[in-house]
Amino acid sequence: MIRFEDVGLRYPAPGQAAGPEVLRDIDFTLPDGAFRWLLGPSGAGKSSLLRLMYLAVRPSRGRIFVLGTEVASARRAALPRLRRRIGVVFQDFRLLRHLSAFDNVALPLRLAGRPEGQVRADVTEMLRWVGLARKTEAAPDALSGGEQQRVAIARAVITRPSLLLADEPTGNLDDVQAERLMQLFKEMNRLGTTVIVATHNDQLVYRHPAPSLRLENGRLTGSA
Amino acid sequence: MAGPDRRLRPAGFDELGLRRALADRILPFLVAAMAFLAALALAGFIGAASLARHWQLGAGSTLTVQVPEPAAPAALGAGSRLDRVLGLLHASPAILHARALDKTELDRLLHPWLGADGATLGLKLPGVIAVRLAPGVRPSDTLRSAIQATAPGTLMERQGSWIRRLSALARSLQACAGLALLVVAAVAAAVVAVATRAGLSARREAIEIVHGLGATDGFIAGRFAARATMLAAIGGGAGAVAALPVLVELAVLAAPFAQSMPVSTGDNPLAAVPAVLWMMLPALPLAAALIGFVTTQITVRRWLRRLP
Ligand SMILES: Nc1ncnc2c1ncn2[C@@H]1O[C@H](COP(=O)(O)OP(=O)(O)O)[C@@H](O)[C@H]1O
Ligand SMILES: [Mg+2]
Repeated sequence: MIRFEDVGLRYPAPGQAAGPEVLRDIDFTLPDGAFRWLLGPSGAGKSSLLRLMYLAVRPSRGRIFVLGTEVASARRAALPRLRRRIGVVFQDFRLLRHLSAFDNVALPLRLAGRPEGQVRADVTEMLRWVGLARKTEAAPDALSGGEQQRVAIARAVITRPSLLLADEPTGNLDDVQAERLMQLFKEMNRLGTTVIVATHNDQLVYRHPAPSLRLENGRLTGSA
Repeated sequence: MAGPDRRLRPAGFDELGLRRALADRILPFLVAAMAFLAALALAGFIGAASLARHWQLGAGSTLTVQVPEPAAPAALGAGSRLDRVLGLLHASPAILHARALDKTELDRLLHPWLGADGATLGLKLPGVIAVRLAPGVRPSDTLRSAIQATAPGTLMERQGSWIRRLSALARSLQACAGLALLVVAAVAAAVVAVATRAGLSARREAIEIVHGLGATDGFIAGRFAARATMLAAIGGGAGAVAALPVLVELAVLAAPFAQSMPVSTGDNPLAAVPAVLWMMLPALPLAAALIGFVTTQITVRRWLRRLP
């Protein structure tokens, strides 16, 4: 379950204690296993909302429950375990540049302490699925934008997370690849993962109708 | 293929990219310099301690008793004055050992002043008794008055106060060396902390990513600490080895003063280095490693508190 109760978010502003509220009065609940589009114009606060969900920032006010855990009152030591249950496709990929594509995708499994034999099998299979079987040893800088995005997607789903958050995951993909990605997300959702995809790709939303959270100017203007 | 690979993360897998970030040349070099200084301070500490102990023992527990006219009959009891005084000393529990110097020993003692055989000059030499006291004990007043009654004119002389001053000096030197050791350890910790902070800011993005993927503070601090510990141990070892020739040279110079060991430095100079120092030298890389580990753990864990 994901629940936001009257949440507001300010980023620290240079020189001041806190900047303006970029998210205001956010209030919604998503059941386990939900699929939601996260829609809204650029600058509306989609990435910020996702950041709150993957525990990269803390709300300035309000309460957030992620996978049933109230984040503000949780012990700091409990958060890493919670983070491992969340897969994130970052808008800017956030790959580790000194590691190969293989090691980037393997990272969540290794952090979770999976045996190396299983890591090798799973990562090889995953990279083959995203069409990077022949680029496993390439450094991210040697990959195109689309290839990097696919590495980021592979890293996000490799642990079969309970919550999958994707921030503009098709921005660098062609239509065929985007369709394949949607099939992957839908399949994971069918197997129980809660999936939230922020996008401004109207075509994609049109082809895959699903309920959405709609943001405008930091406010939730619709959740259907 | 021998079954599935059950290992956890490949050995030496560098997910944070620390191999480039945690300076692998400058840190061991600085720690080596610290270890070199620490070795010298340690040698000073051990040397001063053994000199102080040596002198304190000598000053505290030896006594010279001079009996004029040793062969004359004692004022109390039968026998010569020397024999009676010796008997009184032997009977006292405060005295471990008392022995009258024989004629040759006396001659050797007096040779620098008298030049030749004292007796031929017709001098009346006193009898001299070397006394070893039990540690921390002074001869009692009853013993003193009994000796005076038996052989009036007998002198009891404790070793001069300059030995006590030397011993106090050696204690002060020892304290200085100990202080220097502490300062060196503190500077080493500061050097490791600065290097760690530089590594943290160089790898900030990688740390944030790995943190976001669910790495615990303990894991990240452990990755840093493993590397810093290794680099510090290498530096500590190098510093200890570099200090060795200096220590041997110092030990050879100091050997004649520490009379507890035979002065046979001609054949093997390494033998002059005290055994304690041999045991302490391997402790330098260990101490450097410990300082590296603890400092890095604390520095990284405190830094990570700023992440959500
Ligand atoms: N790290 C940040 N620090 C300060 N302001 C930020 C930061 N990230 C985003 N913002 C601001 O928050 C608002 C929402 O941004 P964002 O969440 O990225 O929107 P979206 O993803 O919908 O384009 C914007 O006005 C943006 O300038
Ligand atoms: Mg965004």
